[in-house]
Order: sequence, then C-alpha cells, then structure tokens
Amino acid sequence: MTARSVPSAAWLVARREVTMRLRSKAFLVSTGILLLAVLAGIVIGGIVSATASDPTVAAVGTAQAAADRATGLEVRHVDSVAEARVLVKKGTVDAAIVPSTKTPLGYEVIADSSPPESVIAQLSVTPPVTLLDPPSQNGLLTYLVALGFGLVFFVSSITFGSTIAQSVIEEKQTRVVEILMTAIPVRALLAGKVLGNSILAFAQIAAIALLTVGGLLATGQTSVIGLIGPALIWFVVFFAFGFILLAALFSAAASLVSRQEDAAAVTTPLTMLVMVPYLLVILFNDNALVLGIMSYVPFSAPVGMPMRIFLGTAEWWEPILSLVILLISTLLVIILGARIYSNSLLRMGGRVKLKDALAR
Amino acid sequence: MLQVDHVSRRFGERQALDDVSFGVGSGRITGFVGANGAGKTTAMRIILGVLTPDSGSVTVDGRPIDADDRHSIGYMPEERGLYPKMKVAEQVAYLGMLHGMSKKAAEDSTARLLDRLAIAERSNDAVETLSLGNQQRAQIAAALVHEPTALVLDEPFSGLDPIGVETVLSVLRDAAAGGAPVLFSSHQLDVVERLCDDLVIIADGQVRAAGSRDDLRAEHGGDSWRLSAPGDLSWVASAAGVTGVEAEGDGVLFHADYPTAQEVVRRAVEAGPVTSFGPQHPSLAQIFAEVVK
Repeated sequence: MTARSVPSAAWLVARREVTMRLRSKAFLVSTGILLLAVLAGIVIGGIVSATASDPTVAAVGTAQAAADRATGLEVRHVDSVAEARVLVKKGTVDAAIVPSTKTPLGYEVIADSSPPESVIAQLSVTPPVTLLDPPSQNGLLTYLVALGFGLVFFVSSITFGSTIAQSVIEEKQTRVVEILMTAIPVRALLAGKVLGNSILAFAQIAAIALLTVGGLLATGQTSVIGLIGPALIWFVVFFAFGFILLAALFSAAASLVSRQEDAAAVTTPLTMLVMVPYLLVILFNDNALVLGIMSYVPFSAPVGMPMRIFLGTAEWWEPILSLVILLISTLLVIILGARIYSNSLLRMGGRVKLKDALAR
Repeated sequence: MLQVDHVSRRFGERQALDDVSFGVGSGRITGFVGANGAGKTTAMRIILGVLTPDSGSVTVDGRPIDADDRHSIGYMPEERGLYPKMKVAEQVAYLGMLHGMSKKAAEDSTARLLDRLAIAERSNDAVETLSLGNQQRAQIAAALVHEPTALVLDEPFSGLDPIGVETVLSVLRDAAAGGAPVLFSSHQLDVVERLCDDLVIIADGQVRAAGSRDDLRAEHGGDSWRLSAPGDLSWVASAAGVTGVEAEGDGVLFHADYPTAQEVVRRAVEAGPVTSFGPQHPSLAQIFAEVVK
C-alpha cells in the first residue's frame, strides 16, 4: 500500500468537512435563515418599489384641468365632491382635487390623515436644478448594495471562519490530530480543511447571488439586475479567493489553542479584521478615496471592488489587478499559515505563542 | 528491522532525546520503558515522522525510512482520540482511506476489525455515544485498519478494559509472529516483562539499557543466587565473600561471585539435602530501578 498523494488526501479531508457540515442541523437551519432573509429583502424591495408608482387622485369639475396638467398623477374623473371624499376615505385614491373659491389656485386637495406629499409635489411649480456632479446610481440603491455586499461578506466570513476554527480545535482537543498527521502530510490536512470550508462558503455565496437574481426576476425588478449584475459576479469571484485567505488565517490561529473555550481569544483579531470592510463600506460607500483603497487591500477587496464596479468608478483592468494582488497575498498567507499550523498541532495544553509557532 | 540511530531532539531548553540509538528486530516484541518525560513519546513521534530529529536518523532494513514505510506502521499515539460525532465504522474506514486504501478495502478491513473487537453492532453509532471501553476498542481499530506491517504503540494498554488488553496482546503477538517489528511502551512493567522479547530502558533522554530481556536479566542479576534447603542456612551470612543475605521462604538469597557461590553450595550439600540452587533473576522493576538511578 502506498501513501496517498497530497491532492488526493486533501480531497478526502475536504469531503469529510463538507459531509459532516451538511449533516449538522445547526448549519442547515442557519443557512436556511440567511437565504430566507435575502429573499425577504428582495420581495419587500419589490413591493416598496411597485407601490412607488404614480399617486392616483380623484378630480372634480373645474379642478380636473389642474389635475390633468400635472404629469405624474393618475387622474380619475368623478362627478361630485361627496363621491371624491368617499374614494379618499376608502383609500381607492390617494387624494382628491376639488374646485375651491377659497384660494387663488381655484382648487383644493382633500386627503385622509396626512398631507399627500407626492400629490402636492406634482401640483407645485419647482425651479429647474442643474447638478454639476450627478451620481451615477440612485443613493438608496447604492446604500442597499453596499449593505448587502458588506453584510453577506461579514456574515459568511464569520460563519465559515469560526466553523473552520472549531474544526481545527476539535481535532486537537479530541487528540485525533496525531493519528491524522501520521496518515497524511500536515499540508494536505490544512489544504483539505481550507478547501472543504471554502467550498461550503462559496456555495452559500453563490446560492445567495442566484437567489438575488432569481428573486429580482420573479418580482419583475429586471432593471435592478442590469445595475448590480456585473458587481454581483465580481463579488462572488473575489469572495471565493478572499475566503481562502481568511480560512487559512482562521485555521492557523485556531491551531494555537487546544480547547474550544480558548477559540475566541485567538480568532477575535480576525473577526475584527472582517468587520472593518463591512463598517467602511456602509459608512463610506460614497467616498471615492476610501473605496479606492479598500478595493486593493486584500481583506476588503471582496467588498470594495464590486462596490466600485457597481458605481462605475473602476477601470476595466482594476478588478483584474486587485484580484492578482489578492491571489498573491492568499498564497503567502497559506504558506505562513501552514507553518504556524504544523508547528502548533502537537503542542497541547496552553496557548502556543505566535513566535514559537513561526520558529523552525 | 527498524533502527533508531544517534537521534537527538531538543525542545527549547530541554534535551528530550540525547544521542538515542536502539533497534526493533523483525518478529520481535520490544518493550520501551521509561518514566514520564523520559523521551519515549518523542522517540516514537520521530519514528513516525510527526517530529523531525535535530540530528540522527531512522532506518528500515538499513535504508532511511520513507513515507511508504511509515504508512505501513500501525501507530497508537499516547494522546489519542477520535471524532466524537462521526460514526464508528465510517471513521475507521476514513482513516484507512487516508492511509491510502481504496474505499472498498477500507470498509472490508473495518468490518473485520470491529467484528474481532466485538463492537460490530455499534458500527453506525457516533463515537461519543460509546462507553469509554468501547471507544478504546474503536481506537485500536483505527490504529490497525490499514493492515500495518510494523507496530509502534505508545502506552497501548492505558485506559483499556481487560478485554481490550487481551485483544491488544493478541494483536501484538500475531504481528510479531508474522515477522513484523513491534515496539510498545508501557508503565505496567509486569505486562512488559511478560510480553517482550527485547527491552529498551530510557531515562532523561538517554538509553540506559537495551538488549534482549534474558541478557539484561543475566547481566543485572549475575551475582545473585537463590539457595533452598530444609536445614538451617543461617551460616551463609557469615561465609567469606557473601553479601546481602536475605531469608526467603525455605531458603536464602545472597550476592557472591561465581566461585564463592559454588563453595556455598558445596557446604550446603555437606550439611544436608539441598532442594534447589540457581541464579536469581531480577524482576524488570528491579533492573529498571537500578539502571535509571
């Protein structure tokens, strides 16, 4: 019997990671909840934008001319003020425009419980405005996209980062690790764990992306797909490699301790690290300089670059350059992580000092 | 033949192994004895390649040990465990596959072992639901699933129930009978004494004694004798050249060189009937206490 090759051993380890995770009820439930939350966001967004169509008004008599003049109103002609009031009360129309002698305008607006701002805006005269630096995207959509990328990156990184940390510590804590180390090379073990968890994380992100597109199609928000589609694809690509980097860091950090209770002590700095891009993209999604830096720093590139692609501020070569930087850093981190990992695995008991883990 | 040659290993300030050399002969059971922290686990880890030595080497039949040799070793680490949430059979077969077996071969070997260890009916239960004794048996299966041709077992009897102990004993004997080199460490000196052909005694990272059990006994018991006779033997204590006389049962134990011992026997025979006389072999515990002093 001959030893397994490193890729073949790594694949066996990865398969075990995936199967064991898919068997865990906690994992399935939390994934289900995440997907439902995404779906709910899309459906609610769809409903909100659908109801944001032109307000309907009931117009009576001489006021009909004023109502017809306004461009953004759905006008319904009715015969009497009393009838118009009934329609307003029932909610069939947002407001009624009725003749009035009390004002120089010659009409007044009747609404139910609050002044109908959208109707008033349509009836008002506003001066023309010229923007010197018009935003390429609608502000609310920009915020939602930033929140979406930031949140999904953050939640997935933390979820699978702690999963891989737990799985590394489990092997140390249960002492199965020494048997594994005599069966396969340590780098195959590390590669398998990183690969298995990255596949799961990637599958989850891809599922969220597909669900987003599918949900937008189903709710008829096709114009949004055109706006966020390219950014979404880049996000998935960047996340795939960005997560491998994080997974290597999480497993190296976790290998320093021997008990699940000590996990937080070594993974907290990494949790902070993935929280930073999330906070930055929410606070600075309209700041070109911050986004520009974020889009090249390996930890924040999975959020920063897709955001700039969405905003249309990235040249065609920028995501490629950033991806190359990310790939090189991922490779370096894997080499460093493997060193820490293999030096720490057999050191049981207290926390291994980083200095000792890097030595030899 | 598995040979450890001039192996040294340091952990920070502590010299865990200092120029350690010993051999594990094919078909022989070698007991590895030493106090806690003497260096047994470090030596075994170096044989398995989990640790690298600072200097020295490990050879198999005269050539440096390679990955394939290491894969054919059945290893039971001192600190051992299994995945608690994985099913017993699934886990043992997984370890077999990691060692290079095909899925089918690993599953067949697993089924055979679990049957032999009498835990076949727990095959599909998670390891954490097993009793400690059964978990230890699953552990034995994990060490043997890949049909090893050499065994390195670190404290294989600790934590085992009596049936587990018997199983490991029979496995060790079977392996040695089949020509495999077998190395095991244990704190239970009586078990080691009963089982092993050869002995390696280690203390403070240095080999203090190594060789066949019988040679070691002769070497360390060369001047001890036992004489039994129904008559009075109190005169032995005052005989010239005799030291350390102890009464034991119907006879005495004493230290003396060979000619003096012969002289004592002659006098005893002249004085009356002698039921037995011979060299007194020290127990392993006595040898151990003497060499690690």
